[in-house]
This record gives sequence, structure tokens and C-alpha cells, in this order.
Amino acid sequence: MNKHLKTRMSIPELFRQREALLALMVVALVLLVGLRSPVFLSVGSLSNLLTDSTLLVMLALTQMLVIVTRGIDLSVASTLALAGMVAAMLAAAHPGLPLALVMLAAAATGLALGLVNGYLVGYLALPPIVVTLGTMSVYRGLVFVISGGAWVSAHQMPANFVAFPLQRLLGLPHLVWIALGAVLAMAFVARYTRFGRDLYAIGNAPQCAAYIGIPTARRLLWTYGLSGTVAGLCGYLWVARYAVAYTEIAYGFEFTVIAACVIGGASIAGGVGSVLGTLLGALFLSVIGNALPVLQVSPFWQSALTGTVILVAVLLNARGNRKRSRQILPLHQSQLPAARSAA
Amino acid sequence: MPVTQLTSPPLRPTDGAHDAAARPGASTTPVLQLTGITKRFNGVCALNGVRLSIRPGEVMALIGENGAGKSTLVKTLTGIHRPDEGAILLDGKAVTFGSPQEAMAAGITAVHQETVMFDELTVAENIYVGRHPTRGISGRIDWAGIEADAEQLFARLEVALPVRARVRDLSVAQRHFVEIARALSQDARVVIMDEPTAALSQREIRELYRIIGQLRASGTAVIFISHKFDEIFEVADCYTVLRDGQFVAEGRLADISEPELVALMVGRAVHQAYPKADVAIGAPLLEVEGLCHPTEFRDVGFTLRKGEILGFYGLVGAGRSEVMQALFGLTTQVSGAVRLEGKPAVFRTPGEAIASGLAYVPEDRQHHGAHLTLPIMHNITLPILSTFGFFPRARAEAALARRFAEQLELKAAFLTQHVAELSGGNQQKVVLGKWLATDPKVIILDEPTKGIDIGSKAAVHRFVSELVERGLSVILVSSELPEVLGLADRVVVMRQGRVVREFTRAEATPETVVAAASGVDLGLEAAA
Repeated sequence: MNKHLKTRMSIPELFRQREALLALMVVALVLLVGLRSPVFLSVGSLSNLLTDSTLLVMLALTQMLVIVTRGIDLSVASTLALAGMVAAMLAAAHPGLPLALVMLAAAATGLALGLVNGYLVGYLALPPIVVTLGTMSVYRGLVFVISGGAWVSAHQMPANFVAFPLQRLLGLPHLVWIALGAVLAMAFVARYTRFGRDLYAIGNAPQCAAYIGIPTARRLLWTYGLSGTVAGLCGYLWVARYAVAYTEIAYGFEFTVIAACVIGGASIAGGVGSVLGTLLGALFLSVIGNALPVLQVSPFWQSALTGTVILVAVLLNARGNRKRSRQILPLHQSQLPAARSAA
Repeated sequence: MPVTQLTSPPLRPTDGAHDAAARPGASTTPVLQLTGITKRFNGVCALNGVRLSIRPGEVMALIGENGAGKSTLVKTLTGIHRPDEGAILLDGKAVTFGSPQEAMAAGITAVHQETVMFDELTVAENIYVGRHPTRGISGRIDWAGIEADAEQLFARLEVALPVRARVRDLSVAQRHFVEIARALSQDARVVIMDEPTAALSQREIRELYRIIGQLRASGTAVIFISHKFDEIFEVADCYTVLRDGQFVAEGRLADISEPELVALMVGRAVHQAYPKADVAIGAPLLEVEGLCHPTEFRDVGFTLRKGEILGFYGLVGAGRSEVMQALFGLTTQVSGAVRLEGKPAVFRTPGEAIASGLAYVPEDRQHHGAHLTLPIMHNITLPILSTFGFFPRARAEAALARRFAEQLELKAAFLTQHVAELSGGNQQKVVLGKWLATDPKVIILDEPTKGIDIGSKAAVHRFVSELVERGLSVILVSSELPEVLGLADRVVVMRQGRVVREFTRAEATPETVVAAASGVDLGLEAAA
């Protein structure tokens, strides 16, 4: 019996292989593009790529947790935009405000917006796709309302507000350090906290989770809250990085975020998703995004390519999840594990 | 009886000699006692004054037909249902469970027939999910501790299971072991096993018996639900029999024989008032020979004649529904010969089957039978929508729907009402109406009266009789013995994916049919 299981154990290993495969693809893609235009492999270019990927990585990680619970958060980009606008307007109006307070305000805005989603999904048990589709438009609309449709441009923002994301600490931009911190924190949450493990249980079998006493509504509330908080913080980073805040910030970015999760192996059906996979999924999309201009491919192709990658990823997932039929007939001696391991 | 509790019974094997002393057999106080448990659903009594009593270290077989109330009793014990009346006494103290985890915390856990677990999580995590032990101020989950504990539990059970394997990769038997380990990890006082051997191989069943022996030795009480009499006599010490939601008998298995137990289980008053019409039985209509499926059934053969009601009896999971689904074109990988009116009739899609005059009323009404959020009218006309032309006329649809609704005495306010708003019985009538509208030659009814009230049951029974009067042939798959015996002209009994016997109406008695379905030898064959 032991031996028989050992052969079966290869399936989780396969999953890890899948992540190895994704890492390999990222590296191969980078090298391939480097072959065509060696400038892509310069330290400056790669560092740029890393910096560009940070926001996507952070948003994808929290989105992954939402997806693990059988949910989805379509409102992340709108949350990001609203929190970014709040941060920009706050900094423009009060240039003397400490930067930490501005960032806190952005994160708090995101948290509040996320908790609205979480309350509707968790406590009122409304379908996540409908809830966040609604709030996606509401939050985007609020960006117009508070800004009156006007831009906050670089010259209105305090210098340290704009400079912070790209300032270097030990050779790396703050953005990269923040993302690194987020990756480590998320890896800890997903693996080493009850909160994180409960999300997997909820996504795997919601009924069972309720039976063993997992507070599903509360967990969902804070999952969406977390997604909102990170989106809020990213709102500040985005606005500061690009030194402009306008109503259309990150328009449609939620789809890139969800795509990163799916490519990284998260299952829309819930219960499955890893931090490492999601990280790689986000990096993969960032590499494509940065490489295509270098290769002078039209940006329109980027969308088609991303889409193809998603479909391939889903196809791979579906093959892993084939359902087994029911065993009613007594097994033949040859089918018994004992016989197999003895052979 | 307010007995002062000296000590709680031993949970773990303290050690051989001491353990034996602490378990002086019959004189120990029951760990679990139920008195007068009554549970009603929408006015229908599922349990009526049931009692049960089990002592530490005892293995009790809970026996009853399908629908006798065993599952409801288990759900009441595990906190899923709350009893309307009666008391649950744990160590002599009355307890109430508001939720499954309260029952678990009190020491009552169930190992289900279809194990429900978290497929994507590891074996170790499945044991501790929802109550992960943490350490330190960071609240970090102690994975090393979890895995070590899990390994220790399996070592205690003497089962080799890698604790890091994902549950989705385990066999059914191994899943049972995980559930048993989970029960042990919570110091379960009472472990309920609901048909744990249903999907196990002989070898795995041996393994399970050994573990039950261990539980018994460590003073855990086990309630063992099974339809297989050989295993009941092998594993259990005592029995409690339920019938129609009522307590029938209890005692020690040493004092009773298999046939006596079967008689207790099925009772006597079986041939109640079933409106069996006298219909002349005609030529063979549907002939099935050597129907096989790689994992579900093998060598299934029977003949359905015109105007006949052919009953299919068997235990849950015997493969009856699977055979019907294969006939109706819902299953692939099927081999064998099927003839309808002499013509080959192995269907690959339900559409082909419907066009040839087959209708299948599935067991799962909520998911497969009815479109709950569609109006009654559209449910009935759905399979024959093409006959209304490209633009169906509402009036013509309504007229047809009304005709069938009246025939079936459907109780509904409007034909535009959603099916979800109807009672179970009336929902079933809508499904029946839908299939009648296709004007079938053969209608397969899979558990047509499951979960519906007595009044509607009688209406469905009457209706089945009317079907054959109209010249249809009926296959009646049912786990309700009285229904099969009362309505069917012949009864086919299936067990473990095979047809084991076929009875004529005269031959079919409760004892013979149940014995065939559960694999008990009544010694009647020799006498006959």
C-alpha cells in the first residue's frame, strides 16, 4: 500500500514541476528576446523589467487568495485608481504631509473599498463576480466625482511623493523592496496562518468548511479587505511612479491581474493557487509586456498573445482535473494496489 | 436515572491489563443514549421516538432499509439536524448540538459513505483543518507538529499513509482512514461509520475491520451502518433496528440469526394498498443482453415486456441508476446488446433515446429532473419544443401543459409559477408530465418517490399503474421495498454492479428480495 501511494505522490510533484516549467519559460523568454536585441539583457533593462512587474505581482498575489476562495475581485483596478487619486489630491493639497501618512491614506481607502466587497460577498452571500462588477463601476465613477475629471500632474505633486517609488535602497528601488516584502508576507499568510489555510478549505469544499467551523463570512470579508488594501497601496505607487493621476488610471488592469493568477495555476473553481505560481505568472506577463516593444511587435498583438497564454494555462489545468468514474464492480486482483506493488 | 459518574470511560488504551479492568463489560454506563428522538420535515415524520444506547468499546450495527431513518439519525447525532423531541445523553448528561463542530467537540464524529474532504489539501492538513495548531506570538502554523501528529495517528492505526499526499490521490479506503484518524485526533468517544465498506475491496475491508477492533479495544464506541449482513455479524457486538423512522428492536448479535434480523428489518405489513392494475403483458419490448461498463456494471441482462412494470431493487450504490443512464445514452464506454422492438438500440446521446421512445425520470429531481427556475409550463414543453415550430406559441404550449397538469392532479396556482416554488411531490409531477409529453414507449422511473410526502407518493403510485394501462412499459428503480413489491410485475435485483436474481411477483417476498440484494443466504434455495 505504501509503494502504491508513492507512485501516486508524483501529482503534487507535477504541480511543482508546472511551476518549474513556468520559471523555465520566463527565463527562456528573456534569453530569446535577448538574442534578438541584446540590450534587453542589460542590467538597466532587467532592473526596469523587475520594477515594472512589481505592481502586477502584488495585485496578483492578493487576487490569488480571492480566487482560492472561489471568488474574484474585478474591482481592483478601480480601487487602485480611486486610492491613487485620493493620495495624489491629498499630497497636492497638503504638500507638507508626511509621505507615510499619504501612503496610509491610500491603503486605508483601499481597505474600506475592499471591505465593502467583502461584506457583500461574505455576509450577504452575493456572487463575487456580480458584486465586484458593480463596485468596479462605482469606484471608477467615484474617481470622476472626487477629481471632477481633472488630472493631478507631476508639478502639483510634492517632490518626495513622486520620487519615493524609484528611490534606491541597497541598489534596488523601493518598489522592488515593497513587492518583495509583499511576496514574503503573502507566502507566510498562505502557508503558515489559519486565515490563509481556511481560505483553501473554503474554496475546496465550502459546505465542509462550514461544518468544521470555519467562519466563512469573516474570512471572506478580510480576504477582499486585503485585496483592497494592497490595491490601495498600489494606487499610491502607481500614481507616484508615473507622476500623474487621472480618471483612467489602470483601466482594464484587473484582467491582467486575473490572467497572472490563472497562468500561475490558480483555479477559477477555487481551492487551488500558489504564491510561487502567481509570482511567476505575473513575471511572465511582465516579460511579454516588456519584450514585445523591444522586438517592435505591435502592442495589439500583446493582448492576443496574453489571451493565448491564458487559454493554454486553463487547458493544462483542465487536464489535471479529470473526474474519475465511480467504482462499483469489485476490483480485479490485477487492479489491487497490493498486486501492483508486489509486481 | 441520575447516576453519579465516577470517572469518564477510558479514551485511550492505557495498557492491556488496566484497560481490561476498566472495562467490566456490560456493567459500564452507556457513553451515548438516545431517548424518544423525533424529527419531522415539513410535517413528515422522519424519526419517531427512536431510542438507542451504546457503551464504550461496543460496536453497534444500526440496521434498517433505505429510508428507515438511519441517515437522519446520524445527522441528528452529528449536529446537522436538531431533534424536535427527545434527548441525547452523553455520559448520562443531556446535550444539544447546534452545529457539527459542537458534536465533534463533544466527541461524536461520523465517517461518511461518500467521504467529504478537502481534496487539494494534504492528508495531515485534512486531519487538522479548521483547528490548525499554532505556535509562538506570530501565530505560525506548526506544520512539523501537524505532520508528526498525523504520522503518530497512522502509526497507532497501523496504516501506512504518507501524510503529505494530497487527498485527491487517495483511494476511498484511504480516505476513510484519514477520517478515522481525524476522529481519533479529537478524542472521539463515538465514531459513526455510514456504510464505510460500500466502495472498498476485500483487502481494504479487512484493514477497516482491524481498525474497528482497535477502536473497540481503546474504549471508543462505534456505530456501524451497513446493509451487508455478513459484515455486521463479523464486526458488531450488538444491533439496533429501525423501520419507517421507528425503533423496532435491539439486542446482542450473538442471540439472533441472519433471517431473524432480515425479518425485523423488513417487517411484515408489506403488501399494503397498492393500486396494481391488471394489464395483459405483451411481447418483449426492450431487451438488454450482456451490458457492461468498465467500472460500474457487468453482464447486465433483462427483458421488459409491453405493459409491464419491471422493478429494480438493490442497495444504494448497486449500479441500478448507472445501468439506466447507460440505456438512456448518458454514459459512454458501454458495451453489450440492447434492442427496442427488435431493433438495435444502443444510444449514444439522450436525444437519440428520446426520439426512439425512451424517457428517463432521474433520481436527482433538483439537479437533473426539473428546471427549477423555469415556469411549470416551460418545463413540460421543453423536450418537445421542436414540435411547436420555430416560434413556439405561448397559447399552444399552455394548452399542452395544462392537459398534463390536470392529468397528474398538479397542485399549483399558475402554470407560469416557477417549479422551485412547488412541493417535492408536485415537482415530481411536473417532471413526469414533461416526459409523458414526449409520448414514450418505455419510461424509466429512478426513485420516483424519493423525498416526497405520503399523499404525493400515492398519487405517483396510482399514476405508474395508469401508465401501463395506457400501454406503456415502466422500469421502476426503487430502494423502497414495499413500492417495488407492490407495483412491479417482476423484480430484478442488483448487487455490486451485477444482476443477481430475478423474481416474479409471486416469488418476491421482502425476505427473499432483501436477502438477494444484501448477499445473505437464507437457505431457501436449498428448501425450494
